[in-house]
Amino acid sequence: MNASDSIISAQVGDGMLSGESAMGLRVDIRRRTQPATRDAQRFELRLAFDAPVGITVLFGASGSGKTTLLDCIAGLRHPDAGVIRVGGEDWFRSEGTRNKAKADAGQPVCLPPERRRVGYLFQDLALFPHLDVAGNVGFSLHGLPKPDRAAKVEAALEQFRIVDLRHRRPAALSGGERQRVAFARALVRSPQVMLLDEPLSALDYRLRSALMDDLLRWSEAHPIPILYVTHSREELLSLGAAVLVMEEGQLVAQGAPHEVLRAPQSHKVAQLAGFENILRGRMEELHPERGTMSVRIAGGPVLLEVPLSGERLSESIGVAIRAGDILLASQPPEGLSARNVLPGKILSLKRRDVRYEVEVEAAPGVVLQVHLTLAAQTAMNLEAGKTVWLVLKTYSCHPVAEQGAR
Amino acid sequence: MDDGTLRPAVPRLYNLCCAFTMNSFAYFDGAAFLLTLRLALLVAVSLLAASLPLAWWLTASRWRGRFLVEALVALPLVLPPTVLGFYLLVAMGTNSPVGRWWIAWTGHPLAFTFTGLVVGSLFYSLPFAVQPLVAAFSAIPPRLLAAAATLGASPFSRFYRVALPLAWPGVLSAATLAFAHTVGEFGVVLMIGGNIPGVTRTASIAIYDQVQAGEYSAAHANAFTLLLVSFVALALVYGITRRGTGLGASR
Repeated sequence: MNASDSIISAQVGDGMLSGESAMGLRVDIRRRTQPATRDAQRFELRLAFDAPVGITVLFGASGSGKTTLLDCIAGLRHPDAGVIRVGGEDWFRSEGTRNKAKADAGQPVCLPPERRRVGYLFQDLALFPHLDVAGNVGFSLHGLPKPDRAAKVEAALEQFRIVDLRHRRPAALSGGERQRVAFARALVRSPQVMLLDEPLSALDYRLRSALMDDLLRWSEAHPIPILYVTHSREELLSLGAAVLVMEEGQLVAQGAPHEVLRAPQSHKVAQLAGFENILRGRMEELHPERGTMSVRIAGGPVLLEVPLSGERLSESIGVAIRAGDILLASQPPEGLSARNVLPGKILSLKRRDVRYEVEVEAAPGVVLQVHLTLAAQTAMNLEAGKTVWLVLKTYSCHPVAEQGAR
Repeated sequence: MDDGTLRPAVPRLYNLCCAFTMNSFAYFDGAAFLLTLRLALLVAVSLLAASLPLAWWLTASRWRGRFLVEALVALPLVLPPTVLGFYLLVAMGTNSPVGRWWIAWTGHPLAFTFTGLVVGSLFYSLPFAVQPLVAAFSAIPPRLLAAAATLGASPFSRFYRVALPLAWPGVLSAATLAFAHTVGEFGVVLMIGGNIPGVTRTASIAIYDQVQAGEYSAAHANAFTLLLVSFVALALVYGITRRGTGLGASR
């Protein structure tokens, strides 16, 4: 326990040295939840990161602690220890109960939520049902003189195209309208940090991209850190911002969206990143000279050559492959650079929108999903029961850590 | 045609109704009725003022001993009014510290006064005000209060601008139930109020006296008025709260 405490303090120290921008958000916290029941898992949130001005995406499955993290920043829940600093001001600072006796610990800080200037867009929006749109948007401006408040509300209503809705109650609004009201309400008091909890998950595609444009426009005009929580790959790609990947309360990866998505490092992230095929297997051989390793899938005859990663031999490992990255051949292919060529039988063939989804069984229990264009299907004339060859480039096979293996 | 001997009960009731509609004001004890209304209004208003913070605290508190307070508040629901009245009488007596303190402060005892009735009724009707409020506050999604906090609202502001407007049907029920329950109280009033006309003689006591004295027409006049007032009050509350706050439709 003491050892881990000192690790945390070391991280805090390091963080202060790194180039933390004056307007940025710094989070370095840990928070342990005692299990509600004897069987429940104890959940620990433990992470450190800097979010500069602009959008930072928090990407992770549900239950990975994303909302808890946002609540901690907003002051609705409290970490056990750590630092939350926004624009150079400590919103939270505590060494934890164990180190309270330390002479140099300094005074713990924990601002109540109402004194933290956050714009928090809740997942369920949490609009006030007893107030109309103007009342909701102007809620945070209560202390201002009336003309100022009216002007600010007016500007926000205009910016989010909800002027005509000003006298409506939330119950009389559509999903997209409510979302815009919630945006306007959160942004109207010029927050120092913006927290968005899966803000667009309930909307259809068109509304989503319109709101995304609103947000990007707002972000350009207002240089504050914006934490954007999502588990949607499309949102991740269209925001194009830096990504922090969370899993079980920890950061497991960070980088640009395409980096994180192209090379997911864990099973859950691979699922989120839209890898249709995640095969479980066991490491069988390492080929450092070729930069690859062999993974036997599900204990069967299928052996895949995948890029070398730092795993140990005979360890459980997953291999994530996108359905669109697999080639199908109706004859055994020759003269290919691809290392993995597997014979298989077509189980089913379904047309969905502008593509065919094909299920191919490469071995008993090893079924791969393959996406083909309509043109490819026309040329190959595939049908269920036909034998085909699956062609997999080594670099289309992404080794991912299996759940529970870390 | 009707000699009143063969079918005694039904015609007598019929005659009673006639008596009420024809010359009810002759029997109607206006002083007792006004006293009851004054008492019930005073109790409803002061009980609401006391119950709002108490109910809010009961809803929000995570204190371990909270259940003790809840049990205390609910006690008048199950306790015979005579038990409550007895201890209130003892507490108001000249031998108790409370009674002596009151006499020292005001110069007269609390028992057998209108103020004594108000104090007793506050205890007696407390659960009828607190429980609808607790139910109403508990029904507010915690996320709404969290949202108010992140929008800069202080704890008081959260209560005043979010919780109270959303709980107003509960507030209305609490006020009405406290009012109606005080109108209908009998045992506690009898124990601590005595039966002093114009001071502590409420409508329900008056009815009891009239029945004891065999004055059925008079009892009916007063009883029927009480029944009407109570029904109208409750119907108003249920009619208004039926429309709701829109809490359910918000999501």
